[in-house]
Amino acid sequence: MDTLETRYRDLSVEEFDTRTLLANARQQAVQRKLDDFLIVDVDAHHYETESFAEIADFIEDPVMRYEAKYQGYGGQGISSQRGNYQNLTGRVARQSQARKEKTPAADHHRDIEVTKKWMDAISIDICCMFPTPMLGLGTTPRVDVEVSLARAYNRWLIEKVLAHEPRIKASLYLPFNDPAACVKMIEDFGDAKGVIGFTVTSPHYKGVYDNAYMKTYAMLEERNLPLIFHSAIAWGGDQHLQLCNRFMAVHALGFTWFNILHMTNWICNALPERFPKLKTVWIESGLAWIPFVMQRLDNEYMMRSSEVPGLKKLPSDYMRDMYYSSQPMEAVKNREMLECTFKMIKADTQLLYSSDYPHWDMDLPSTIYDLPFLDETAKRNILGGNAKRVFNL
Amino acid sequence: MAEVLVCRNGEMKDDTVRIVKTGDVEIGVIRHEGKYYAYRNLCPHMGGPACEGVRMPGIEELIAEDKTYIGQRFVMEDMHIVCPWHSYEFHLETGINTCDKALRLQKFNVTEKNGEVFVSV
Repeated sequence: MDTLETRYRDLSVEEFDTRTLLANARQQAVQRKLDDFLIVDVDAHHYETESFAEIADFIEDPVMRYEAKYQGYGGQGISSQRGNYQNLTGRVARQSQARKEKTPAADHHRDIEVTKKWMDAISIDICCMFPTPMLGLGTTPRVDVEVSLARAYNRWLIEKVLAHEPRIKASLYLPFNDPAACVKMIEDFGDAKGVIGFTVTSPHYKGVYDNAYMKTYAMLEERNLPLIFHSAIAWGGDQHLQLCNRFMAVHALGFTWFNILHMTNWICNALPERFPKLKTVWIESGLAWIPFVMQRLDNEYMMRSSEVPGLKKLPSDYMRDMYYSSQPMEAVKNREMLECTFKMIKADTQLLYSSDYPHWDMDLPSTIYDLPFLDETAKRNILGGNAKRVFNL
Repeated sequence: MAEVLVCRNGEMKDDTVRIVKTGDVEIGVIRHEGKYYAYRNLCPHMGGPACEGVRMPGIEELIAEDKTYIGQRFVMEDMHIVCPWHSYEFHLETGINTCDKALRLQKFNVTEKNGEVFVSV
């Protein structure tokens, strides 16, 4: 019996070598004597991303070069559809530094420690916590991915954060592309500790008027849980916003656009009449859009009421029954305009202070407290009293 | 007016900041290209620690004679102080906001004598 040579390769310690990976290809080449042929491959590749730091040095525009080196390339990089530069290539320095912040060892999640730190500093008693990148999850073409991630995030948030910290609340993510999954989410988690509402992330392409959602709205109304529309951007996913070539443009428009869209459909389909006790809260679109939509819809309604027979009063009257978060409050110069906006939306009872911390355009409570046209009662309502009432805190 | 010691001359490296607190006032002393600048560490926008952010040069657009866009360039001679809270930007030389001349950081005089750097408060 011949003794065969035996070789062993332990893949757990063997380093990757292209020649090993392609050993069978080499064998084919030898068997076919391919080395005697002239073979030209007209489509070969390398991964230039591995050398992107070097490539970026070759960008001739110095400002673009700086940005490219800061953002990198790939999934969230400078060229990606989801790429962004919210912190202005490091100008909003607190964001990158905060990730390195040390927290004391504790039994509970780091997010609780970090959140309580900034809450105490800003003087916030209770916050409603939202995710960040997942605000854009509704634009994924993979509905099953949205549902799975939404359930995972909600479960994680309930178990790891809400269960351990009474000052942190949440309005859970509704996977809006799957109406049945929305219903199940409310059934499964609507009674969990710290859950004070449910959120539709506004960037998505489903009409809020679709009959498939009526059960979701009815369940929330019955449970006295507000429905929140939290706006965001979809730079890569929206054809109109793709025309913007600056983050400032896409942010200014995108964060208002999606809530303008859903608000308009919400009104024109008379959903406030169908669900009169369902509280809706419109978050992170600022305030300037509200008088615009009020005036626009009122004007159209007076001429085309037959088209929206479900409405029993002016669109602006319905909008004055809804709730709005304050940030980012457009307060740069025109105090008179801001005061008018406060009056139009009945801010004393309908406006809810929000910081959006730690995002780049956060507002402190002083943005409300320092407004000269508000009396003490209005300030207290907007900073906390209204939210206490709306969310049953 | 009191003179408050900031550092020995040469102690601060270029492009660094030292925060000096005297009484209730925090002052950011910035050393840039060998020169010292001192501003109150308080952003007139929302009260952020303006001097604790980065310094970045201004940027200008390059537009060709036919009005087409070419690109951008850093204006290295116009360094900005950038507030770390909301990136409001102020000219390092003057403390004046880059978008609104009515907004400015409170400026303090810096003097050097006997090998030491002082800020006048």
